[in-house]
Amino acid sequence: MPENNSEKQFSRRDFLKTTGVATGGIIGGSLLGGLIGFNLDGDNKSGSGQGGDNSGSNGDNQADTLPIEDARTYISRQDDFKNLAAAADVIYPEDDNGPGATELGVPYFIDRQLYGHYGHNATDYRQGPFEPMKSDTHGRQERITRGEMMIIGLRKLTDVSQEEHDKKFHELEEDQMIDILKKFESGDVDTPGMRSEAFFGLLRDLVIEGVYSDPAYGGNRNMEGWKMIGYPGPRMGWENDIASEDFLELEPESLRDYQGGGVTYG
Amino acid sequence: MAKKLDKVDVVVVGTGWAGGVVSAEMAKAGKKVVTLERGENANREDYIGVKDELRFDNRFEIMQNLKGDTVTSRNELDETALPVRTMKDFQLGVDVGGASVHWAGSTYRYWPYDFEIRSMTEERYGKDKIPEEMSIQDWGITYDELEPYYEKWEKTAGIGGEQDPLAPERKMEWPNPPMEETPPLKLFKDAAKELGLHPFQMASGNMSANYENPDGEKLNKCMYCSFCTRAGCDFSAKSDPLATVIPTALKHDNFELRTSSLARRVIYDKDSKKAEGILYTDLVTGEEYEQPADVVVLAAFAISNNRLLMLSDIGEQYDPKTRKGVIGRNFNGQYNSAFNGARGFFDDKKFNLYMGAGALGACLNDYQADNFDHSDLDFIGGGCIELRQYGFGAITSGQNIKGDTPTWGKEFKEESLKYAYSMLHVWYSACTLSYYHNYTDLDPTYKDEFGDPLLRVTYKFGDNERNIAKFGVERCHEILDAMGADHIEDDEVPDEFDHKYQGGHYTGGVIMGESSETSAVNNYLQMWDVDNLFVVGGSAFPQFGGHHPTPTIGALAYRASEGILKYLDDGGGQLVKEKKAAKA
Repeated sequence: MPENNSEKQFSRRDFLKTTGVATGGIIGGSLLGGLIGFNLDGDNKSGSGQGGDNSGSNGDNQADTLPIEDARTYISRQDDFKNLAAAADVIYPEDDNGPGATELGVPYFIDRQLYGHYGHNATDYRQGPFEPMKSDTHGRQERITRGEMMIIGLRKLTDVSQEEHDKKFHELEEDQMIDILKKFESGDVDTPGMRSEAFFGLLRDLVIEGVYSDPAYGGNRNMEGWKMIGYPGPRMGWENDIASEDFLELEPESLRDYQGGGVTYG
Repeated sequence: MAKKLDKVDVVVVGTGWAGGVVSAEMAKAGKKVVTLERGENANREDYIGVKDELRFDNRFEIMQNLKGDTVTSRNELDETALPVRTMKDFQLGVDVGGASVHWAGSTYRYWPYDFEIRSMTEERYGKDKIPEEMSIQDWGITYDELEPYYEKWEKTAGIGGEQDPLAPERKMEWPNPPMEETPPLKLFKDAAKELGLHPFQMASGNMSANYENPDGEKLNKCMYCSFCTRAGCDFSAKSDPLATVIPTALKHDNFELRTSSLARRVIYDKDSKKAEGILYTDLVTGEEYEQPADVVVLAAFAISNNRLLMLSDIGEQYDPKTRKGVIGRNFNGQYNSAFNGARGFFDDKKFNLYMGAGALGACLNDYQADNFDHSDLDFIGGGCIELRQYGFGAITSGQNIKGDTPTWGKEFKEESLKYAYSMLHVWYSACTLSYYHNYTDLDPTYKDEFGDPLLRVTYKFGDNERNIAKFGVERCHEILDAMGADHIEDDEVPDEFDHKYQGGHYTGGVIMGESSETSAVNNYLQMWDVDNLFVVGGSAFPQFGGHHPTPTIGALAYRASEGILKYLDDGGGQLVKEKKAAKA
């Protein structure tokens, strides 16, 4: 979708340039780690900033709606969150099609999913005995919750990167991060209470969900995920267009549009 | 101590199509009926304006929460079963309307062959065609006998369709016309015709027109908004119990719906061999109640019907070692062997695949049931080849990649964006036949929130499942080739059942038949052993046909309702004389 390229009004690099923070020291070995770290350290003076819950209704790309302006609700340690953001951007990177995971707010989406019922496995069967290593095909068998699994996995990323490169995971070059993530994906890393591929699978699925789910959940900021893929969002219906031969390309609308927004009563 | 309530004529467990139909028919007939639903008191308004892929497709909002109970699962008889812990791996219906609220709407009758599979296979190919370990059997009812009940259900549900060129002529026209033909469906049909096959527009429970059913319930025309499967309908345009049989039942003062009411036991008197009522727990207050009734109807999901009988110690538990006993026998369903086909990637075509409806599709039955000669094939039975235009959200469309593409990273992103709306999946939903080694019983280890054992499912494929799937993949590949796909990826046929209970089509365990030696219920779904206990739903299927189950469940529910009324009005007793020396 070529039009998406022209619609893309900023990228992570552009943002760094325009806000004047693209100094070598901050970017260091990892552009991403530097960016997130910068914001987490509270030095971002880029604007008032809106959280994911406020962004995305009309698709206006303002610098002050950049996803990096938000707050964590589950993950406490900054290094854990930096690892999450770095891994998310490796899984869904920025490219000519449009923004990557971090710019879409995916780390914050994931943080909120972990805080909520999903992260706490509130709808899962949770009685023991738990035998996480016993079966390749039985799905989740871990005693730990998804939230705990993510924290353990994110810290294990650093353990492995320290061992191999003497650096934190989010400080690595992209290729190094990819190599480590592949080890997790193939189950080659010993992680307590789970298989490493279970952690990777959860992380990967959450990243994709964060890119493409309704912006009401904190990801897919400004519906940029939907714009890249050409998804128009939830609409009343397609009765008039269902037989159309041509692919319909429309500006996306979200649940905020569909449900009407705001509350009136009486 | 459970609080004992006033006796009613009929107590029904479950509010899906099975329990909903029985409730409505009892209510219409003036019987005092109480229907219990473990889930919440949902109605049509609950689904207005909630078109949300993450919530319904990924977090399974309207599926049964597994916190309270689930199943345990294993392949082999000597294996320790593990619980299926997440909704990603096990999708059950819950709340008023049950699984029928999130059904896609595809509507097929089973074939005459399906109902008489053992007789007709032996007649055409000889006894040796059926492997010794296969425990398939005739249903104890024929297609012709069941047809009036299919008609009744299709009218209630307002199904839209067209005559399948290969199917038995319908006595009644479909209540509604077929849905719209869209470009991908036309491409599929044209290609299939070119190959000499007989495609047609799939019959649909998504309304193709505004409709009023014989009970006076009104359904709206479908808007093709895409939020059917795993979601409730925004417009009351998908036929489900919330839009049809439940409101019909609720119009009658002699009907009472009790939600958040989890049936825990059938109260059963072993001496008189009568069911006396249902013991249930109010899931809001935690209080226990006994609801006595003249007739007890278990019309919950197959899993719950199986487990309730076992927890209540009714009927003889099936034992795979002796192959004796009937409760839990021939448990079956559409697992990962049942939906294999091929994916066609089109480099220069983009389809509006974000538009659609659950049963907007085209299909063909040339490789269905015994419609093709099996003499030289290494399987029996068949399946339906389908192409659907469900209408997909971005999370789903964003993962259309060819098999050799990584599932993350730069190449993934590029390829997934390229093919998001350029991939069509044609698949063969094959029959899954029954074997002596597939059954349910109570798990020795894992318990529910009240300390009762979970249901344990033991299931592995027979060669029939692997062979039929391979055959289907080849046929789907041929069609995609004729459709002009630039790349065709064949689905990898699985070696074994992977313990993923997706799709929600699980049947058997309380199967119908002609004899009490090989079946638990007669063709009114009345238990052979307990004449005032009817077990209604997919639990009655002796094996799984090559189509989705809903219309057959609806038809059997009307058949059962007729039987229950006969029982109540004619002074009880067995409604069917059993045949001894049954096959299988």
